[in-house]
Amino acid sequence: MRWKTTEYAGWGRALRATGNLARPERLSSLTALMREEPAPAIGNRRSYGDACLNTGGKAVATVRLDRILSFDPDTGVAEVEAGATLGDLATIFAPMGWLPAVMPGTGFATVGGAIAHDVHGKNHHGAGSFGQHVQAITLILPGGETRHITPDDPLFAATVGGLGQTGVIASAALRLLKCKGDVMIVTERRIGGWDEFLDRLDRSDATYTVGWIDATAKGGDLGRGILEEGETGSGLITRRGKARAVPFDAPGFALAPAVVKVFNTAYYKRVPERGRTVVKPIEDFFFPLDKIRDWNRLYGREGFHQFQCVVPIENAPALRAMLERIAQSGLASPLAVLKRMGPGRAGMMSFPMEGYTLAVDFANRARATRLIGELEADALAADGRIYLAKDALSKGATIRAMYPERAAWAEAVNAVDPDGAMTTDLVRRLDLRSL
Amino acid sequence: MPETWILLGASSSMARAMARALAERGDAIVLAGRDIADMEATAAHARLTGAPSAVVARFDARDPGTFQGVLDAAGDGVVNAAVFVGSMPDQSAIDADPSLIDGTVTDSFTGPARFLQMLAPVIEANGAGCVIGVGSVAGDRGRIGNYVYGAAKAGFHTYLSGLRNRLTRSGGHVVTVKPGFVDSAMTWGIEGMFLVAPPEAVARDLLKAAEKRRDVIYTPFFWRYIMAIIRSIPERMFKKMSV
Repeated sequence: MRWKTTEYAGWGRALRATGNLARPERLSSLTALMREEPAPAIGNRRSYGDACLNTGGKAVATVRLDRILSFDPDTGVAEVEAGATLGDLATIFAPMGWLPAVMPGTGFATVGGAIAHDVHGKNHHGAGSFGQHVQAITLILPGGETRHITPDDPLFAATVGGLGQTGVIASAALRLLKCKGDVMIVTERRIGGWDEFLDRLDRSDATYTVGWIDATAKGGDLGRGILEEGETGSGLITRRGKARAVPFDAPGFALAPAVVKVFNTAYYKRVPERGRTVVKPIEDFFFPLDKIRDWNRLYGREGFHQFQCVVPIENAPALRAMLERIAQSGLASPLAVLKRMGPGRAGMMSFPMEGYTLAVDFANRARATRLIGELEADALAADGRIYLAKDALSKGATIRAMYPERAAWAEAVNAVDPDGAMTTDLVRRLDLRSL
Repeated sequence: MPETWILLGASSSMARAMARALAERGDAIVLAGRDIADMEATAAHARLTGAPSAVVARFDARDPGTFQGVLDAAGDGVVNAAVFVGSMPDQSAIDADPSLIDGTVTDSFTGPARFLQMLAPVIEANGAGCVIGVGSVAGDRGRIGNYVYGAAKAGFHTYLSGLRNRLTRSGGHVVTVKPGFVDSAMTWGIEGMFLVAPPEAVARDLLKAAEKRRDVIYTPFFWRYIMAIIRSIPERMFKKMSV
């Protein structure tokens, strides 16, 4: 296998790595690589921090192993290679009446990455996490052995949400979800403030629910935003044209506080006071930002961070205090999401817990990293959890306290990767594999 | 009735991108190559995404015994073929073991030429059919870095030119394609690569060229100008350069 020495980064671009990347185009070359010089897998690098980085080491990009290997229309089970993107699967299967059961906020995420982070989507309150819809995983262990693991195999719970530490996922059998077609019927509602938001989220019985929150609004407006509730449907609508790309790194003032405030107010008022129901292509609902390719460049060369935590229902007041802290700082970008999560999770290191999750983007500046540090402490105090797919700044002790099954997971992982060949920058930074 | 495309060297990233494009527009596909398991995966994907049929056939440029089976797999109707096979050992490896020349020439020129020679009567009988032959800009001029591969591709270019001359009389067509650097396993991690084109873009160019019955294309297009410059350098100077 030929290796390419290059600098690469996660989606946030605040952390970067230089190392050797391989990009096998055939399963046979991936297997040979894992036998001779095992290395952790990376996909489309849509995790934000350093989960997909291996500074000074090697990594295997699985993006060229991206085919659908089989599909059974009777059971809805599709076997797909790890590098296939969820967006591609949605585009291919929706016209046939099926969708990936769980889709995160970007269609560029790969199946392998979705398993390794046990990702969640706008239907987590009902459908649970991605890993709960995985029927089997074909895993190549460091050393080259191929294992087909199912949920009853102890290695399954260590692999789902397992940050790539058990080996490289070659393919997986996914149970797809029936859908009515490839359009979404979406009801958008203005939400005046925090209490109303939680109430609406609690009462929502839609299949897909997500809240956009104005993380710059203070005082009486704190927690204002827009609630989106969606159902799949069938119909004929115009698909969007080619995605536009951000051609260069934007200058620092592009997302200055004043700009964000104006944008957020306009975005809030875009939805009429009495709400509205609209019909849009599924990809516009699930992956709204994919319309702008490389939108992470809007944050400039310095990159950005996303803070995402979940706190238990009963500690919602703590989450409100965190939002207040964010609003006071004036550092938030327009991208902020509030959602109610169900209890569904499939791995020992999975992020979800029943509660409310808040995600906010911040340009990578000293004040923002300090603020995120404070928010992490708040999340820990509220018995909450930080999402490792987004994390770039946490302390190991904080994270280890948030993931109660971490030690058991480390034991399982170290058994299949005793030499630590699969470790990544994130795993080393947070010291996740020590016993 | 859908047309059939035979893809020789079907595990290459260009062939895989082409298979996707063909499936989307509803053409039948014969995937021909050596890595059967890999081609089965591409075939399954093609069938799920619109190809009325996608079958796998063993093809080894160095084993002419495999050729007829590939032709048979195409069945009746209009048959087209796109040739992606070829091999490019390091020039230094060839310097150490000159016998590697035989395999390089067989993979990149004589093997596919012999196959196309068997396909030609089928195209003539059908009165239609297109051959896309993937050559290389390396065939435009012999360079110190890969002149054996370049010579094989130059031979293939000349063969394609003659085949075009023949098939055009019966309604068939031949497109000679000279790709620059394509983002594939062949170029991954090699130093000095620039303006590397994604295989999907190359596949689009190929199908457009077949549709418009273009004779010789460079892909991406700007390689035509790069190679025009390289070809225009007098041999007296070129022999001292290492481009």
